[in-house]
Amino acid sequence: MEEFLQQVINGLSLGAIYALIALGYTMIYGVLRFINFAHGDVFMVGAYIGFFIYPLLSESLGTGYLTAFAVLLAAMLGCGLLGVTIEFLAYRPLRNRPKLTVLITAIGVSLFLEYTGQIDFVFGADYKTYPTLVERSAVFSGSGLSLGSDQVIVFVVAIVLMLLLRVLVMKTKIGIAMRALSMNLSAASLMGINTNRVISFTFFIGSALAGAGATLYAMSYPKINPLMGVLPGLKAFVAAVLGGIGNIPGAVFGSFFIGTAETMTAGYISPTFRDAIVFGILILILIFKPSGLLGKGGVEKV
Amino acid sequence: MNLRLLTTAAAIALFTLAGCSKSDSGDKPTEAATIKIGQIASMTGKEATFGQQVDDGIKLAIEEINNAGGLLGKKVELITEDTQSQTPPTKTAMEKLVSKDQVVAVIGEVASSRSMAAAPIAERGKVTLLSPASTNSNVTLDKDGKTLGYVYRICFIDPFQGTVMAKFASENLKAKNIAVLKDNANDYSVGLAKNFTETFTKNGGTIVEEQAYEGGQTDFKAQLTAIKAKNPEAIFVPGYYTEVSLIAQQARELGIKAPLLGGDGWDSPVLTQGAAKEALEGSFFSNHYSEQDTSAVVLEFIKRFKAKYNETPGAMSALGYDAMNIIAKVIKDGGKADAESIAKGLATLKDYPGVTGKITIDAQHNANKPAVVLQIKDGKYSYYSTIAP
Repeated sequence: MEEFLQQVINGLSLGAIYALIALGYTMIYGVLRFINFAHGDVFMVGAYIGFFIYPLLSESLGTGYLTAFAVLLAAMLGCGLLGVTIEFLAYRPLRNRPKLTVLITAIGVSLFLEYTGQIDFVFGADYKTYPTLVERSAVFSGSGLSLGSDQVIVFVVAIVLMLLLRVLVMKTKIGIAMRALSMNLSAASLMGINTNRVISFTFFIGSALAGAGATLYAMSYPKINPLMGVLPGLKAFVAAVLGGIGNIPGAVFGSFFIGTAETMTAGYISPTFRDAIVFGILILILIFKPSGLLGKGGVEKV
Repeated sequence: MNLRLLTTAAAIALFTLAGCSKSDSGDKPTEAATIKIGQIASMTGKEATFGQQVDDGIKLAIEEINNAGGLLGKKVELITEDTQSQTPPTKTAMEKLVSKDQVVAVIGEVASSRSMAAAPIAERGKVTLLSPASTNSNVTLDKDGKTLGYVYRICFIDPFQGTVMAKFASENLKAKNIAVLKDNANDYSVGLAKNFTETFTKNGGTIVEEQAYEGGQTDFKAQLTAIKAKNPEAIFVPGYYTEVSLIAQQARELGIKAPLLGGDGWDSPVLTQGAAKEALEGSFFSNHYSEQDTSAVVLEFIKRFKAKYNETPGAMSALGYDAMNIIAKVIKDGGKADAESIAKGLATLKDYPGVTGKITIDAQHNANKPAVVLQIKDGKYSYYSTIAP
């Protein structure tokens, strides 16, 4: 029983990180109706921002929670700006082209980031050790059950960010504009909403969340490399689809589900299947409930 | 339309997962005046430390050979191809060295899986492949267990390494219950785990839990949680350093206090970086050589290595150095720099006084030599004991 509870904790803390990435996928999809496949690589860049900025920050701020927080903000800001830049340079010129064009461009951007990152004077192809932002210890450790400090931090940061996002989307003017865009982009623009600005803002927020996810991920698994974003990115994508892509609570739910499913598979069936199970879920959901568990059904006019 | 797009997207996503590979082929002009030695090494990627260390060792040996006038009146030229720590580029690299560069011998790889991928190409092209550190028993054998003609190694093999750690666990640690966590996608790790289990259970111990992961994964908490439930006295983790360092940190976080045991795949400065330093304190692993060895050969090697690179050599550098010097010796002794004569020379190598111990190549083309057990203390490897074959 304790072992089972421990696996649940392990799964949920993994899911919390996926959730931060999945939110970016789902927000961008909600507004623009396309999958930003470079999102996982924006996540990767977030980890490297932390890696490079930590030595500078720790010099002036020392080591501790303050520095960890500053690294988190830096990664979020850096990723946010990167997301906005990608949208501006790669996606905006293709706004009125077929969706498939933008999708393929997104894959191009993804490969560009991955392989540019592998060049020696950029990030280098080898694994780097991410700095220890917060001393790792067991916050609680019973006979069977234990909760690591990083797991607690992951939960707290992820949940705070998700709540902030909720407030942003539901209560603020720009949030209302984002929702308006997701309902109908051209109608929103006719109502006087500056769509380009809202889209940029959406990319900023979505990518900043990926940056936060990257910081938490690298803190929990402190070995980073330029291809590290591929798998978490794909799994978060699956989570977003599972919850109903375009649906924010759905993405969070889907992520916790995927994280737990993955951990349970590794713990009780075989670790070899941990990735297979995630993509198996994707196939099943696309066959049986393509709109996702919490997604709205309905026909979309194209 | 929307759904179709999503399905296409998913399909594309799965394909990109398979990954693309790049190749960097350094086209060098061919000079007949040199003896060309090839190297396939993981210069980048997950096991970059191994490739780079071996490379350092080989380069030091070549520098010394060339400074002393070269071999048979010719200079030695090294052509290095990066395997990116992956199997497909390894095959490409080996093909290039054999067919395009036409080297007389190839040194590499460290990882058993990759040496095994390169071995058929060596056989077909009739070029000697000398692995500095691939310890899986099957590296020098074909599918039917027959010894390959052109594949050799200068390191001990997994049965021996697994046996060493199993003996160590029952005799030195007096452990009765041990858990195993192996890398299922890695021939080296699977081999070590198998031989460890055999010897340990034969000596009266019990493997209380066996778990596995796949190289490249980062989350091991599920497996470690299952291991923790069995409360083992030690955990045998015969993987590579990138994963081992993550495993150690996650184990401590889950409240597992048992020491970890491992093999030569641990040997890298990266192993104990960051929080892994504390997590691995007191753990043991078997290796090819210890920098604290005080024999004259080792001291001389360390001195020369430090003079060139300004750092202490790791075991992989020592193996790379030995590999190159052994090839040089058999070329000199045979009087010919062709693949045939090198293979013949290696097959009959006896009591070569290498940095990594006295090396004799046996009938299966494996090296007969002792292993050392090292303990991690304060992030450094301290010599614990030597275990002879």
